Amino acid sequence: MNLIAARYHVVHETTYSYESPVSLSRQHLHLTPRDCPWQSCLAHQISIDPEPTHSRSRPDCFGNPVRQFDIEAPHSRLTVCAESTIEVRPHLPMGLDGQAETGFQSDWLAASPSWEEVSSMLAYGAAPVRLEANRFLFESPYVRVKREFSAYARPSFTPLRPLLCAVQDLMRRIHDEFEFDPAATTVATPVLKILEDKHGVCQDFAHLMLACLRSLGLAARYVSGYLLTHPPPGQPRLVGADASHAWISVYCPSAEGGGWVDFDPTNNLLPDTQHITLAWGRDFGDVSPLRGVILGGDAHELDVAVTVTPLENGVWQSSG
Amino acid sequence: MPRSLLSMYQRKTDRFDEMIAANGEVRPSWQSFFDHLNAATPEQMRHRLSYVRQRILENGVTYNVYADPEGTDRPWELDPLPLILSAGEWHEISSAITQRARLLNAVLGDLYGAQTLIKDGTLPPALVYGHNGFLWPCQGITPPGDSWLHLYAADLARSPDGRWWVIADRTQAPSGAGYALENRIIVSRVFPEQFRDLGVQHLADFFRALQDNLAHLAPHENEPPLIVLLTPGPYNETYFEHAYLARYLGYPLVEGQDLTVRGDCVYLRTLTGLRRVHAILRRLDDDYCDPLELRGDSALGVPGLLQAVRAGKVLVANALGSGLLESAALPGFLPGACEKLLGETLAMPSVGTWWCGEPAALEFAIENLDQLVIKGSFPSQRMDPIFGSELVGASREELIARLRARPQAYVAQELVDFSQAPAWSTKHDRRLLPRGVALRVYVAATPAGYVVMPGGLTRVTAATNARYISMQRGGSSKDTWVLSEQAVSTFSLLKKLVGKTDLIRSGSNLSSRVVENLYWFGRYAERCDDAARILRVGLSRLVDAGADAIPALISALDLCRSLKLLPEADSKAGVKAIEASSAEQRSELEALLLDAICDSEWEDSIAGNIRRLLWVGTQVRERFSLDNWHALNRLQLQLQRYSKVRPEISDALAFLDQMLLASSSLAGFAMDNMTRDDGWRFLIIGRRLERLIFLSDAISQFLRLDSTRAAGSIEWLLELTDSIITYRSRYMAQPELLPAIDLIVFDDANPHAVIFQLQNLIRYLTRLTRALDDTQDDVLRPALARLQSFDLGLLEGLDFSQCRNCDPCLELANALNGISLASATLSDRLAMRYFTHIGDVGRQTLTA
Repeated sequence: MNLIAARYHVVHETTYSYESPVSLSRQHLHLTPRDCPWQSCLAHQISIDPEPTHSRSRPDCFGNPVRQFDIEAPHSRLTVCAESTIEVRPHLPMGLDGQAETGFQSDWLAASPSWEEVSSMLAYGAAPVRLEANRFLFESPYVRVKREFSAYARPSFTPLRPLLCAVQDLMRRIHDEFEFDPAATTVATPVLKILEDKHGVCQDFAHLMLACLRSLGLAARYVSGYLLTHPPPGQPRLVGADASHAWISVYCPSAEGGGWVDFDPTNNLLPDTQHITLAWGRDFGDVSPLRGVILGGDAHELDVAVTVTPLENGVWQSSG
Repeated sequence: MPRSLLSMYQRKTDRFDEMIAANGEVRPSWQSFFDHLNAATPEQMRHRLSYVRQRILENGVTYNVYADPEGTDRPWELDPLPLILSAGEWHEISSAITQRARLLNAVLGDLYGAQTLIKDGTLPPALVYGHNGFLWPCQGITPPGDSWLHLYAADLARSPDGRWWVIADRTQAPSGAGYALENRIIVSRVFPEQFRDLGVQHLADFFRALQDNLAHLAPHENEPPLIVLLTPGPYNETYFEHAYLARYLGYPLVEGQDLTVRGDCVYLRTLTGLRRVHAILRRLDDDYCDPLELRGDSALGVPGLLQAVRAGKVLVANALGSGLLESAALPGFLPGACEKLLGETLAMPSVGTWWCGEPAALEFAIENLDQLVIKGSFPSQRMDPIFGSELVGASREELIARLRARPQAYVAQELVDFSQAPAWSTKHDRRLLPRGVALRVYVAATPAGYVVMPGGLTRVTAATNARYISMQRGGSSKDTWVLSEQAVSTFSLLKKLVGKTDLIRSGSNLSSRVVENLYWFGRYAERCDDAARILRVGLSRLVDAGADAIPALISALDLCRSLKLLPEADSKAGVKAIEASSAEQRSELEALLLDAICDSEWEDSIAGNIRRLLWVGTQVRERFSLDNWHALNRLQLQLQRYSKVRPEISDALAFLDQMLLASSSLAGFAMDNMTRDDGWRFLIIGRRLERLIFLSDAISQFLRLDSTRAAGSIEWLLELTDSIITYRSRYMAQPELLPAIDLIVFDDANPHAVIFQLQNLIRYLTRLTRALDDTQDDVLRPALARLQSFDLGLLEGLDFSQCRNCDPCLELANALNGISLASATLSDRLAMRYFTHIGDVGRQTLTA
């Protein structure tokens, strides 16, 4: 059976304008899409202005490609432009578009093991030790593990409920109960405050959902990526396009492709071919698109523009 | 024969006593030392105690206490009696602790590499992935020589049955080795014969081994290795030790902003430019070391350091990430890890530890709470230990609820009864007090494996029953004497491994930051001095203001104002037309002068300048003696009191005298006691330059002002320039302008003359630029030439009391202004050329 793979051209341009010259700038970029079983990066380049003094690429500790560079000459402006051509193949069970609550999808979600069972597989003493999942089980700088989060999640995590059904329900509640408001938060807003104030942006919702899942003893990671800027005719434009987007991935040992299933609480759907994965980590801090330290500069203005354009559809041969 | 010391020694019999065996007799290893003590006279012991106190004060051995609102340094506490350990006992400790060092090094290698200990279930993932001290970006990095731990310390305690237990591991950046060294230097001089006769093992080889190994492993690529000691700065509680060790090891003491990464290499910013750094002995916690990849909010680190480590261009000791092992929960898992990684049985047990993340351990902890102490699993929790037996009712239930809610975050530990050792009472003439002791032992990596420092820091509880040992909470310390069976040096082989290029580089690698702070210290010290002098002139004339002193008072105040040494008061207009006999106006003047001294709100007051002086002084604290430091602190405390309650004029005058005294003792210390390195040159240059600016401005203004034509003015000008005594010894008459100007401007034998300062400054600058192999900045020479070309004869026959803006006065005033301007230009150029820009700290930026 043939399923349609999607191809995209992504341009992610970041410009810093500094009030006074920056004498030394060191930057780490998470702007190169990682390859996954369902995604290939076909072409990629990063252009940097001014020309870096030194530059290198390497994988980080989560397997994401990192480009790092430094500029030792004084400059008042820094532009980083990443261009990528990416193919994303369908990876949800056949026939699902991720948005409609079809019976098939519900069956698939319902077939997952209970959340208690998954949590006990991750507890210390369980064999075998699931190393990769364990890396995403604990607190990290932007994600707290606290009673407040497990209490919020609890209504979705009823006894013996299949893990993926419970996670989907948690996602739906976050989507319904929290308001998308770019003015309400910054990267420094603590996740507990998000829970109290009930608004934020995609990163905040992802962090909140991670805090809920990890507070229940479940493993979940932060995914950064992109959404299509202009959706195909007849389909709604998703929230979070025109910027980098963020969602989460939960560990479910029964799932194919390494045991992780993505959920997008900002849009209340299971990502498939409309989501382009850039990188994953414990939270935003591990995969911030540009992380740097500068000397000088005083105040700065930041301008970020993301454009995702669909290319002609590729065709993917399903083995099923 | 006086009573035996033992008759008053009230040891607790339920604890192990280091000196007295169970049968009540003195242990053999202590016998000869005890006999000596027992025979010592009270006078001898008093003398020894005061020697210890004196040495600590003179050497400036301090311990900063965060909680202290004054922020002052607290003198280190040292009991003169050592803890004595026999050779056999030491051998056991030493082999157990080297095994532990090997083990912990191997654990770090595993956890930052293959993580087999997690995969096979030996270690709970929570203690690694859930630990802030696990530095994720450090995974996959292998340090030179596979050496994560270069300096490791273990805290040991002895239980009543005489066995030693490990109570904590220090793997991050162990503190105290420097204090142990200082304790040794003092105590070995208190008991020199006993020290020699007992064959106490020496400590120096240990540090030599540490140095050799760092030089050996540092990636120095055939250059002589430059090794630095990285400190978080003067506000750290053990800053004294950082400075002390840096000096002892011959390493430059640096802060994060002294270092910079270019490409993949680390460099030290020095006076002569960037110098490649090959190894960093760090006292800064590892997560603060690189704001680019580790904690982004760290202003103390070096952006890019981790990349330099990854590229193998610099050695960091201990390796970044080694703080991971400082977890109270870890010891419970070490026996298993020891079997797995070394195939050995762990030789010395840790104190009983139960990690509550294991359900059975949690239940055990709750059932046996009364016998246990609860601690946080991770240092980042900053949790004080909770003694289960002290909890009743609601607080007990609350603790249990906390344990159940987040069991991974807690550890239950057995209570440790420290062994006791005798301490010398400072209150009684001849008395031994039993005090709890714990021993911190140090281990260094060497090419031949780990070696233990034969000795260590013995820490002493404040009271017999205390359950804490904490220098922060008023504990004390002891030297530790390890007796030898025979003199064997274990390091003879080691030296051969150190090649020619490993030799330790000596000489000055002063950072630009240190130099800049010393320069400004010199300038502020002189600025305080100058202001004190001129305000003293004013105040003293206000005190005995007979009618004939009033014109001189007015001219002195005029000069103060024109030099911006008086606050811009509302009464500005009033002073000109002053009738100082009016009591109201006198008190107005008095208030103005007192403000100039005490008003901390006003930037240019003496209080403001003292504050700045202390601030820059703090940054280079280790260069000054404790006496200097205390004198400055006293001045500031006095000013703080004055800012609340204004002093009487007589008190203010006494204060100014005290200030001038402190300033001259500081200057004397600088001339007699400081090493004459480039830092010292900058201090002296700062001081001379400030004085030159002050003198030229003051004399120039003096010549320009109208009010100075009044009687008594030339006299105070001589007083201001500290030349009145010389003047009187030369001329018996009333001061006149020509001889006065000759003395304070042109007489190059008068150390207070402008020309003397100018020539001296030029000489220092020449020496400095020669030392730095730099070209001389000649900005001062034209100003000197112009001054020298002034014809003093022009002032001959001039009636100063009558002249107003006459040509000779103006010409001289302009020449003096030229000197002041040239000095200011010089200062800017020095800053541009040699200083880093303090405060230019890297800032983190993130994009969403």
